[in-house]
Amino acid sequence: MVRVGGVAIRGYGGYVPRYRIRAEEIGRIWGVGAAELPVGEKSVAGPDEDVATMAVEAARMALRRAGIDPRKIGAIHVGSESKPYAVKPTGTIVAEAIGANPSKLAADFEFACKAGTEALSLISGLIQTGIIEYGLAIGADTAQGRPRDALEYTAASGAAAFILGKPDRQAVALIEAWSGYVTDTPDFWRRPFDRYPVHAARFTGAPAYFKHVVGAVKSLLDGDGYSIDEIDYFVFHQPNVKFPLAAAKMLGIPKEKVLPGLLSDKIGNTYSACSLLGLVKVLDQAQPGQKILLASYGSGAGSDAFIIKVLDAILERRDLAPRLDSFLEDKIYIDYATYLKFRGEILRR
Amino acid sequence: MGKVFIAGVGFTKIAEHWDRSLDGLLVEASLKAFDNAGLSEVDSIYVGNALAEALQDQMHLGAAVAEDLGLARVPAFRVEAAEASGAAALYAGFNEVASGRADAVLVVGGEKLSDGLPEEVSSGLMMGGRPYYESFIGADFYSLNALLYRIYCERYGCDNLASFPVMSHAHAEGVAHAQYPFKLSLEKVLSSPFIAEPLRRLEVSGIGDGAAAVILVGERLAGKLKSPLSQLQVASATDRLNPFDRESPLRFQSVGLAVSLVLRDARLSRNEIGFIELYDATSIMAALCLESSGFADPGKSGELAARGELDLGGSLPCNTFGGLKARGHPLGATALYQIAEAHLQVTDQAGRNQVDSAGAGLAIAIGGVGATAFASIVKRV
Repeated sequence: MVRVGGVAIRGYGGYVPRYRIRAEEIGRIWGVGAAELPVGEKSVAGPDEDVATMAVEAARMALRRAGIDPRKIGAIHVGSESKPYAVKPTGTIVAEAIGANPSKLAADFEFACKAGTEALSLISGLIQTGIIEYGLAIGADTAQGRPRDALEYTAASGAAAFILGKPDRQAVALIEAWSGYVTDTPDFWRRPFDRYPVHAARFTGAPAYFKHVVGAVKSLLDGDGYSIDEIDYFVFHQPNVKFPLAAAKMLGIPKEKVLPGLLSDKIGNTYSACSLLGLVKVLDQAQPGQKILLASYGSGAGSDAFIIKVLDAILERRDLAPRLDSFLEDKIYIDYATYLKFRGEILRR
Repeated sequence: MGKVFIAGVGFTKIAEHWDRSLDGLLVEASLKAFDNAGLSEVDSIYVGNALAEALQDQMHLGAAVAEDLGLARVPAFRVEAAEASGAAALYAGFNEVASGRADAVLVVGGEKLSDGLPEEVSSGLMMGGRPYYESFIGADFYSLNALLYRIYCERYGCDNLASFPVMSHAHAEGVAHAQYPFKLSLEKVLSSPFIAEPLRRLEVSGIGDGAAAVILVGERLAGKLKSPLSQLQVASATDRLNPFDRESPLRFQSVGLAVSLVLRDARLSRNEIGFIELYDATSIMAALCLESSGFADPGKSGELAARGELDLGGSLPCNTFGGLKARGHPLGATALYQIAEAHLQVTDQAGRNQVDSAGAGLAIAIGGVGATAFASIVKRV
């Protein structure tokens, strides 16, 4: 457990592309019945979208809420496993697009679905040590799922961005504590030049997701005396609907504290953006003084857990940019063939 | 041929043992069997395993197990016959003791399927067929089973086959070493999705890791041991690898032959068999196993299961600790779980799962889709 002194969320933004495919539409193709589907539907990036464009959308909203001069942003870290370039940081593109260049640092992070919270914790460190004044942490993905694989039902697209800085009266939330839990656990991976990731079936459950998420959350709760009662919202990484609710059950957390930030049934698993979009959704509705526990999960494997306290400025700043609901409700359903076209699965030569 | 006795048994819980190695499981089962028999030495070791070269890059399990047990001088070999590898090891160990060459033999079978992705395990199972022309057309172990199932349905009707997993699960309830120690309703089986129509997911055994071991001794040593003994008889037979190359795909000739041979060697008739451990890798395999062995008329075995005749208190109890479906099916270990469980039955150590009049039990192990069969009788002494 690390006490995070003097780091606040100044602005935040969540972006979900407009396109949705219903899990039952995918199931229709592969002969999988409704009872077997892990989510209801998932978001799909449009043909002109990628991690860079979605990261820019989210970053612009974060900037509007933060109300700061983008040139003061000293570091932009984008966590993703679907980077547009294998070599060339997405952070440089985002920085240019939002007017933050020249910034000091702009590397991309990869840690499966927890690369976004990895950016959040490292930027917290840069703020806490005074190396930078403001930093931008982004989680964004257009996740890959091999046609017919279990991942195809959930691998989705989205982005979430957070501008961190020192706590002042404009800050919307305070990061109070952070804890990481990492081991060498190969539950899901993608080798260089491979198009799709591989996952080790049930091994992704008990020894992977649950061990790490529960481990990180317990180290915050037990390590620093936070109690479940004093925390109002729990946001877990949500690769499906079942896992975050099962993790809550294991930890003795009431379901009602998880549901407000549970988006997977509506948008699937947005990988690096996944738990962060849950946090965005909660920040859109939380009241000053309330506390949020955020726990990500990244295969390979690890979990970052944060205690975040909502501050007074949330009330005046959250409507400076569209709420996440406006993206969740604005949707166009596509069929499987269109989905394949959008995802670049139809080869034309 | 001299008499062969089971002097000790040992086994691990069947589970997805993510944090254990294949060797570790084999050693745990072996040490338990040694303790159970009250022995610390054997003359040779036979290891049953199906897929170690595919999943663990290991093709020298005999010496590896001998070393791990501190017995690195004793002859030790791996024996394989696809899913019936454990029974093949038992056959080899039985012969060595029966011939008088060895006084005591360790037979241990183990499999660690969770080291592979499900697709790799599925490909591995096809190594028990003729992959170069079966897999080539997209067939796997389950689709071959589904084809047999279809023919069975057309010929006999198949309303009752789903009762096999229900029966097995009822027997596994509360069994400490079982992978799925809970009851399963017929409705649940019938509402589970098809994995290869008409075969449903809950008619198929799962993927699990485990190891089981038995210590076999000859007459000279048997008299000196304090552990409860049972007497063993093993026979085997083969058939064409692909069931559709056979005269009748619905009759496993290998099973019929092996069962006849073992009954002859044990000087028992069918009505002296008190219980049967079936090879229910799928529900259709359970049915064909029971029918081919001559304990049920063709097309009638499902009815026996549905009527409760195969329950622990029925006329012919089957799968007394849950069988492959519910106790679990770690390929190379499975047959030795059957033997260990039969030994517990005939030595009155089966606890809640004890069947009445357990004088002799028959265990049937099948490699591939009926290509190799082993029939073993474990008898009260």
